[in-house]
This record gives sequence, structure tokens and C-alpha cells, in this order.
Amino acid sequence: MSTERRKERIDRPIKAVTDDIFCLSSIREIAYLVIPRMLPVVGLLLLAFLVPPYWRKVMVITFVMGMMALSWDFMASCGLTSLGQALFFALGAYSAGAANHYLGLPIYLSIPLGTLIGAVISTACIYPTLGLRGIYFSVVTLIIPLMLMRVVETTGIFGGTEGITGLSPFPGIIVTIALSMIALWITFFGLRRLIDSDYGHIFVALKDNDRAVEASGLSIRWFKVQAIFIGSGICCFCGAFMTHYYMSIGMSAFAVDLSIFPIAASVVGGMGTLVGPLLGAIILGPLSEALRAFGSFRVVIYAALLGTFIVMLPEGLFPYLARKYQQIERWVEAPGGISED
Amino acid sequence: MLLSVLVYGFINSVILAMVALGFSITFGISRVANFSHGGFYILGGIFTWYGLIKLGMPYFLSAGLSIIIIGALGALMYKVILIRLRGLELSEVIATLSLGIVILELLRGLGVFGYEFRNPVFMDGSVDILGVGVGIQRIIIVCAGALLLILLHFFVHHTKMGLAFRGVAQQEHTALSVGINPDLVSMLSLAMGSVMCALSAVLILPLGVISVDEGYDILIKALAVCIIGGLESTLGVLVAAFIIGYIEVLTSMYISSALTSVVPLACMLGILLVRPSGIFGKSKEIEERV
Repeated sequence: MSTERRKERIDRPIKAVTDDIFCLSSIREIAYLVIPRMLPVVGLLLLAFLVPPYWRKVMVITFVMGMMALSWDFMASCGLTSLGQALFFALGAYSAGAANHYLGLPIYLSIPLGTLIGAVISTACIYPTLGLRGIYFSVVTLIIPLMLMRVVETTGIFGGTEGITGLSPFPGIIVTIALSMIALWITFFGLRRLIDSDYGHIFVALKDNDRAVEASGLSIRWFKVQAIFIGSGICCFCGAFMTHYYMSIGMSAFAVDLSIFPIAASVVGGMGTLVGPLLGAIILGPLSEALRAFGSFRVVIYAALLGTFIVMLPEGLFPYLARKYQQIERWVEAPGGISED
Repeated sequence: MLLSVLVYGFINSVILAMVALGFSITFGISRVANFSHGGFYILGGIFTWYGLIKLGMPYFLSAGLSIIIIGALGALMYKVILIRLRGLELSEVIATLSLGIVILELLRGLGVFGYEFRNPVFMDGSVDILGVGVGIQRIIIVCAGALLLILLHFFVHHTKMGLAFRGVAQQEHTALSVGINPDLVSMLSLAMGSVMCALSAVLILPLGVISVDEGYDILIKALAVCIIGGLESTLGVLVAAFIIGYIEVLTSMYISSALTSVVPLACMLGILLVRPSGIFGKSKEIEERV
């Protein structure tokens, strides 16, 4: 009779000790806690300013995409799984572009204004669909940006297929990169704090059990509106930022690759963790730059990567790495056999 | 003018209904939203084109082969990808969407663009209907659409397999307990949806050029029709197709053809505001939607 084996996972001793912050007694334990937290912050800071000038542009795009991914992940943890983040991006971009081009507002006004107006319009666009949840919501959010793209194309508003060009640029690459990094960290830590607060628990409850929210006397729809406003606001800022960075705005803001990138980053990094999407964006951003030579095959590679990860490693990279960091895995004999669950 | 609205609106509606039916059938039975619908549609057209133009096969052989290939692709997608994700709606959506994008963008990367990529019509010429000249291809589409609908109705309501399909659609567990294999039925439903998708591609694509953007357009239209009609209701799909179809034609004739693309979006948002579950999708109102 062959004995079956199963994989046992045990927390490392150092994790058990450091879980309780009052027991820290050695440099090693402090390092165990601090290094994984400091690594991304310091690493990105160094990376952003030490890389050659060409790659600085890539870093800006990566940071912005990281924000988009964070916003997607936030909305997904509220049960609002959007397949059309491009809608928010484009609305923010067009609002900022219009404010700068038609009203002649300077850049430090047009970005905040574009963010705000974009978020309001996005929320209004999504409002009719808030009665839906799950797959139905995803279906509708997939359609809206693609349809708006056709509207812009056929009616020719906001420059139609040509777009708006000649917008005010940022003062310099260092300012741009610093701004995008600060915005990224504000988004990340802000969202993490938000999710952990009492107020944020309501958002999470929207996904886990929205009847409970309703039973607590809170309006599902009103909290969904707030979640959309926060989530779309982040994307609108990204849109407004990138408009001024590229100094132009066109229909490509609605394109499907902008919707697919945040999802890909979140799925690759690990959905629902907030760190995961960030990790995903940091991996996928430079990767997409490296793949620039492939042209339209880039989107193919993203989408293929996305499909592979969702089938093969659905939990994502971050939870996988975190497990390796915190737990010992070993094979033990399972005399009773492995239960089939 | 009015007569041509009547005739062309009808044809437009039938086209919309055919495109949406494949999506709605799959979703109604296996609850899998096949977002690679647009990709399969264009792939079906391209396969037909390749067989016909590049390999010199007869039209009906090449069309038939491509329909079979797309059907097999749908089944394969279930067997390889979706079966691992059953029940995880979000993952299913992401997986099918990513497959659809892979297909469409791959075709774009391979250079599917331009006037060269078009399938010829089955038969040249036109007929007068109510004093309006209509191309024979459009008549074939309408006839085929009607035939398809009748066949579908017969299949679902009068065959044993159709009964199994309806059983799985109603309750998977109960269907399992009376000996129906839900996995097999789901796989077949995906194959069926894909076959219908390819069939409509073979019929409809000769009216225009095969392009990648057309794939996204088709997906949008199919989804809009399904959302308006109620995702799981065949009757709803038909009614919604006729609503959108006629409004589109009316807009392009009386207001401006540039506004045609706004119509489905406006219809959809308006309907969702009033009836979140679509016109005919009332059964799932409490369970699936808030």
C-alpha cells in the first residue's frame, strides 16, 4: 500500500514572534517586518531617479497604470467588477483636455478640475447600471467605453478622430515622475486605510453580502455611488495626468487595452490585496515597454498572460510570494489518504 | 421612405437578433458569458475567406468547415479553460474576454485590414419588396434567421437534448441527479453558441468588409441587445433586437447617420434605469440583481 503525501504549511517561527509587535527583540525580527515593506517604497524611489532618461518615461507610465490597477482592485473588492476602466480614464482625460484647450486653464487647475468633472460624469454614466451586480455589471461596463468611442468617432465632438492636441506640458520629467510617484503612494496607502476603516467595511460588505448592508439600514445604491466616485476619480486623475503628459488626447483613451491593463495587473499580482495590483503593474509596465516592438501583439501578450494567470495561478503572485515568505512547506505522510475536498 | 424604413429596419433587426442569439443561448444554459463572441465571429469570417479565396474551396464547403471549426473551438474553450473556473463568474468573464482579445488583436497584428478581406455575396442581384430594392443576400439573411429560430425552438422544446439543456438551465444539481451531465451540456451549449456566431458571420459578413473593429462592434451590439431584452430570455432578445433595429434605422434616416451609434447605448442606459433586469428578464431580479 502506497502512503499518500500531503503538503503541510506551517508559519515560520519568526512570523509567529513578529505578529505581535511588542515582542520584537532583535534586528533580525525588525528586518523581517520592515524589509518587505520598505523594499517597494525605496526601490521605486531609487529606480525612478537612477534609470536612464528614456526609462523614466516608462516609470511614469508604470506608476499611472499602477494607480489604474489599484482603482480596479478597489472597485472589484466593492463587488463592482468593471471591464471598462478605459471609460473613466478617457472621461478624465477629455475633461482635463477640454478644460485646458477650450477654457485655457493652466495645468495645475485643469488636472484637479478634470479629475473632479470626470469623476462626476463617470458616476453619472455608471449610475443607471448600479442596479446590476456581478456579471451583468461587467457586461455593461465593457460596452459603455466602446460605444462612447463610436460616438466620439461618428459625431466628431472633442476633435473626433483627430483628438485635441497642443495641451500644456509638465515643467519637466523630474516633476512628472515625482508627481506620479507621490500620487501612486497616496492612492495606495489611502485606499488601504480606507478599506480598513469602518466606512470601508461597508464597501467590502457590498461585495460579500449586500443584503446585510441593506438590512443595516444603509442604501446599497448610495454606497455604490460613493465607491464608483472614488474608484473613477483615481482613474480620471490618471487620464488627466496622462493627457498633459502626452500633450494630446484622442480616441485611443477609450481603447480596450486601457481596460485590460488594470485587470491584467491585478490578476497577475493578486486580486483583492491592493499590493498585488501594484506588483502586477510594476512587472507589466516595463514588460509592455520591452514589447513595444511587437506593436499590436502587445495586447495579445497581455491578454494571453491574463488568461494564463487566471487559469493557472488564480491567487496571483503576491499571495504566492507572501506565503513563501511567511510559511514553511513540507511534505508529510497522510496515512488516512487525502480528502477529496 | 416609410416603406424602406419598414423593410430595412426589419432586416437590421434580424441581423441584430442573429448576432445576439448565440450569446444569449450560451448564457441561458450554462451561465457562461462568452465574451469571445466577437472574436469567434470575425474568426469564422476569416476562415471562410481563407478557404474560399486562398485555398479555392467551394463557398459552402469553406463556410461549413469554418462553422464546424468555430463550434469545436467553443467546445475546446470550455474543456480546456472554463471547466477549471466553473462557478467563479469573474474569472470566467476575464478568461473569455482575454481569449476574445487575443483572437481579435492577433488578427489585427497579422494584418487583417482593408478591402481585400471581404467575402462575396451568395447571390448577386436584388428584389423589390414593397417597392424597395433589397439585395438577395439580405433576403437570405432574413430567411436563414427565421429558419434558425424555428429550428432552435424545435430543438429546445421537442427533443430530449433540448430538455436536458433546459433542465441544466433551471437547476444544475437536480439535472445532475436525474443523470444529465452538466459539464457536457455546458460544453455543448458553448459549441452551439459558437456555431450560431460563426453562422451569422458567414451570412452577414458578405454585406461589408471583415475588420477587427467589426468584432468589437458585434460584441457590443450582442451584449446591448441581450441586456435590454433580459440576458436569459430568447423572446426578450427578439423584442430588443427589433426595438434597437428599428430605432437605429429611424435615426439614420430621419435624424443623422452619425447618431446611429448612440442609439443602442441610450436605449440600454434608459432601460436599465427603469428595469434593471431587462424587458423580459424578470425571474432573476432578486437573486442576481439588487
